[in-house]
Amino acid sequence: MQLALFIEQLLNGLQLGVMLFLMAAGLTLIFGVMGLINLAHGSFYMVGAFACAAVAAWTGSFWIGLVASLAAAAAAGAIVELLVIRRLYGRDHLDQVLATFALILVFSEGTRWLFGSFPLYLNIPPLLSGAVALPGGSQYSLYRLAIIAVGVLVAVGLYLLIQKTRLGMRIRAGESDREMIGALGVDVATLYTLVFALGAGLAGLAGAMVGAIQSVQVGMGEPVLILAFVVIVIGGIGSIKGALVGAVLVGVVDTLGRFLLPQLFGLFLNPSQAGLVGGALASMLIYVMMAIVLAVRPRGLFAGQA
Amino acid sequence: MMSRETILNAVLALALLVVPVTASYAGEQFYVTLATRVAILALGAVGLNIALGLGGLVSFGHAAFFGIGGYAAGILAQHALSMEPIVFGLPGTKQMLVIWLVAMAASGLAALAIGAISLRTAGVYFIMITLAFAQMIYYFAISWPAYGGEDGLSIALRNSFPGVNTLRPLPFFLLCYGVLAAALAFFLMLKNARFGAALQASRQNEVRVASVGIGPYRIRLAAFIISGMVTGLAGALFADLNRFVSPSMLSWQMSGELIVLIILGGVGRLFGPVVGAVIFVVLEFWLGGITERWQFFLGLALLGVVLFARGGVIGLLAGRERHG
Repeated sequence: MQLALFIEQLLNGLQLGVMLFLMAAGLTLIFGVMGLINLAHGSFYMVGAFACAAVAAWTGSFWIGLVASLAAAAAAGAIVELLVIRRLYGRDHLDQVLATFALILVFSEGTRWLFGSFPLYLNIPPLLSGAVALPGGSQYSLYRLAIIAVGVLVAVGLYLLIQKTRLGMRIRAGESDREMIGALGVDVATLYTLVFALGAGLAGLAGAMVGAIQSVQVGMGEPVLILAFVVIVIGGIGSIKGALVGAVLVGVVDTLGRFLLPQLFGLFLNPSQAGLVGGALASMLIYVMMAIVLAVRPRGLFAGQA
Repeated sequence: MMSRETILNAVLALALLVVPVTASYAGEQFYVTLATRVAILALGAVGLNIALGLGGLVSFGHAAFFGIGGYAAGILAQHALSMEPIVFGLPGTKQMLVIWLVAMAASGLAALAIGAISLRTAGVYFIMITLAFAQMIYYFAISWPAYGGEDGLSIALRNSFPGVNTLRPLPFFLLCYGVLAAALAFFLMLKNARFGAALQASRQNEVRVASVGIGPYRIRLAAFIISGMVTGLAGALFADLNRFVSPSMLSWQMSGELIVLIILGGVGRLFGPVVGAVIFVVLEFWLGGITERWQFFLGLALLGVVLFARGGVIGLLAGRERHG
């Protein structure tokens, strides 16, 4: 019984990690290639979730909603890049922080304007609504397993895109020397818009998939954004591999911490106190982990070449 | 001859005093409260301006110190009310002077711990790490039910200050105004002192500072601690203004607002935080009166400032900062 519960929590942790990877991959790519810190990345996550919920309610199909979420978030990303972000590349980080903070306000309030203050609900598609048996006799949601599978597919896809295609080659070249690839005739402006839209699209996909487990509401993106920051700080900014390792680490440590710490304190405290202390410490655990990683390696586990 | 910036600062300082006093005698207590909010937010931003403006340390986690200061006020007041000791038989208190000292000590200690780790990094890492540490404290405050958890903590009666009736809006405003004036004087003193010179130099050229035998890390850490203490003091006053402390004082939006205040006014400028706070509170009040969606337009206004009005409002009105 205890083992089955442990496996279930481990899978939950993996699922959280995969979601964080989808967010962190875009963030770290945008930072690595353009040198931009983007606080509004959580807004694309929210845009994706709202697009999926609205389109799914309208057409009755989760799958069309999922495609819509990718398209809507990528389009929002491209528009924002063309109108605002493009003017910020040469600026210092302070200006970037303020401008993208302003974008969060615009996106959050704009979404509330369009959809109202009440959360939307998104149902798990019938195809994935079952459960599978785990070793140890318990059941696990098929949908969550599917999320993990999507995350793995995206990780492989990103690897192939960046290592094996011409576009990927240009992205890597842009990371090492943007003047040089511009001089070699690559259209840097379009490349940047593409990378930004790609990152936004991944965030939107993550938002849509999580939207079916949690409620779809304004402000859902920022807590995930901050976790994604922790992920890329641990992994090393600019490194996709770091984002993957960091995301899984953060997801598993956070989930298992919430599960195991109260039990650990239960060994020598009474149950209510153990829940209190364990819960409070568990909510701080990933930040402590980040502090330890930074104390040992100030540039993260897989410090980028940038 | 006085520079345009000095004249602008004097006008602003006078206006921030005259408007609420006039409003109070005209019976418009609401505007006094609004002005108190301006003074306290400006004080919090003056604290951040030490790290951000002088030291170039973009801290996205100053809400941590603001909130810790607020919780210091709330917790001490609650224990004074319930007569229960906090730890080791130490009683709570309703005396602002004691509360301020505790608030500054607590936020200073937090700044020491956060700064010691975060200052090992720089640039975008520093932004994200300070943000993450503030979130850590935010989640701790939410999950720790002894002091209200998610619901926050009320202060039944505003804390007291010797010789001032803090329960009435105008005396409380004057108290906050006095603290803000002292903090501005302190900022100016710091900026012109050897310490300020070393701090600004380590922002401009770290290698040179190190080569003349000054360790930039220690200078920055000291600045970060002082900065956190001033912001913590503002938090204690903010708690007393609202007679309420909640985890929202620790939230990342609060950190963002403090940065916004400074950039609106002008980074590193003496009165930048004051100008920023005036604009922010007036915008919030004015736009909030016109439309429920005021944050949408606030966002657009901020975008306009970043993209087209570099140097903030003081930069626009008084020209670029002079180095002399």
